[in-house]
Amino acid sequence: MSRQRLSFWWFVGTLVAALLLMLVPLPHVLDAFKPYWLALVLLYWALESGEQRVTLGLAFILGIFADLLTGVLLGEQALRLCVLAFIALRFRSRLRFFPMWQQTLAVLALLINDRFLLLVVRAFAGESTPPALWWASPFVSAVLWPFLFLLLDDLRMRLRLQ
Amino acid sequence: MPLAREESSPLFAGTAAGTLRLIFYLAMAMVLMVLDHRNGWLWRLRYATAIVVEPIYRLASLPADGFHAASVAFADRRMLTEQNQRLREDLLLANAKLNRMAAVAEQNQRLKELLDTQHSLELHVQLARVIGVDMGAYRHRIMINLGARDGIKTGQPVIDAHGVVGQIVDVLPNSAMVMLVTDPDHAVPVVIQRTGLRTIAYGSRNGQQLTLPNVPMAADVHEGDKLLTSGLGGRFPQGFPVGEVSNVGPAPTGMFLEAHAEPSADLDRVDEVLVLHDLAESAGPPPPAQPAGPPASEAPVPASTAAAPRAPAPVFTTPPAQSAPTGTPQT
Repeated sequence: MSRQRLSFWWFVGTLVAALLLMLVPLPHVLDAFKPYWLALVLLYWALESGEQRVTLGLAFILGIFADLLTGVLLGEQALRLCVLAFIALRFRSRLRFFPMWQQTLAVLALLINDRFLLLVVRAFAGESTPPALWWASPFVSAVLWPFLFLLLDDLRMRLRLQ
Repeated sequence: MPLAREESSPLFAGTAAGTLRLIFYLAMAMVLMVLDHRNGWLWRLRYATAIVVEPIYRLASLPADGFHAASVAFADRRMLTEQNQRLREDLLLANAKLNRMAAVAEQNQRLKELLDTQHSLELHVQLARVIGVDMGAYRHRIMINLGARDGIKTGQPVIDAHGVVGQIVDVLPNSAMVMLVTDPDHAVPVVIQRTGLRTIAYGSRNGQQLTLPNVPMAADVHEGDKLLTSGLGGRFPQGFPVGEVSNVGPAPTGMFLEAHAEPSADLDRVDEVLVLHDLAESAGPPPPAQPAGPPASEAPVPASTAAAPRAPAPVFTTPPAQSAPTGTPQT
């Protein structure tokens, strides 16, 4: 029973850590290359535990939290994370058994799709289009994905969590 | 990886219920976005949840603060000595300049009192520390550690030692968001120091620059010209450095010259800023003259409607003693 509780808190802890990482500033030069941690961690759990834990409702609530923290537009990240979670859950059975490089490519495609969504939302909100370097973030996130996946998986195995 | 099969995630086709749920959540998100965009709910919600949100900001800024503290703690003794020496020299120089200025400022004050204007050279400022929180790349926002409880209001200008940093856009109880001058949505009325040409400096879309998109073709603008706030518009007080022109060229439309400028404030590594409390004297158009003809009760309708929006105009007629720590409220 306590192991189950521990694994629940581990799950919540990773998501909270991702929210915090989103706010922690990088040196100014690296600003544009900041990965979308929240999406990466959510993707990991979507692939790992599927609908048992990651549902669209969770993605929505997480997105609302993230919006509250970054203060851009309420519902923006909720929308993006919902779409991300939906696609990941829909193709979960296949994504899970992809070799790592293929999985990475899939993650890249998901994140680029996410940036497009963001661009559309921003265009409707009347914000100016960002410069070209803004598109670097999904690539950085995709490069980090294998490491993050292996790290989280390894930690989960070591702690014998579910 | 456990190989448990769940019937909830079939290999190829999804269920219609999942799609319906997606549509439901997307619709909800869109409704929220539209409502927020129209009414600005987000900030009211954030203000209400500030008790949760603000500690999170402080927590997230810990790494940056720790890094800063560590860089001081492990700094070379020699480097610190050098820095100290340099600061001392700067202070000496600044003090010498100030002493010379004091007499001039006093004279200026007297002359201005004679002229019945109320520009004052005094500054009412509050020192604020920047909270090291990332508000998203290319968002041109910083967070400071003063908020509504310290008397901060939306619209107050923020400066640092070198020039204008930006203005307060959103206020939480103990912190506030500052929009930088480089934000594409930001504009400052400026005057070119050398020639006195008035124009407007916008933030630029790409990177850390200011753009002056509508300088007249015949205007005398060179590289290296200094931009100061002009005080028009009544938000930024007059005479603070904003930037330095880095290049001038014809605008894409061909109707104007377009100049780019580097902001004078150290926007990248700003640590401590000053929030200005005395708001600019409203230097807009003068209040309309009282019609000299029939008495006000019988005045024609257009005159009275023209006078109505300038209701706070009596500021101009009050004696110059009105300095502004309490401030004329400004929207």
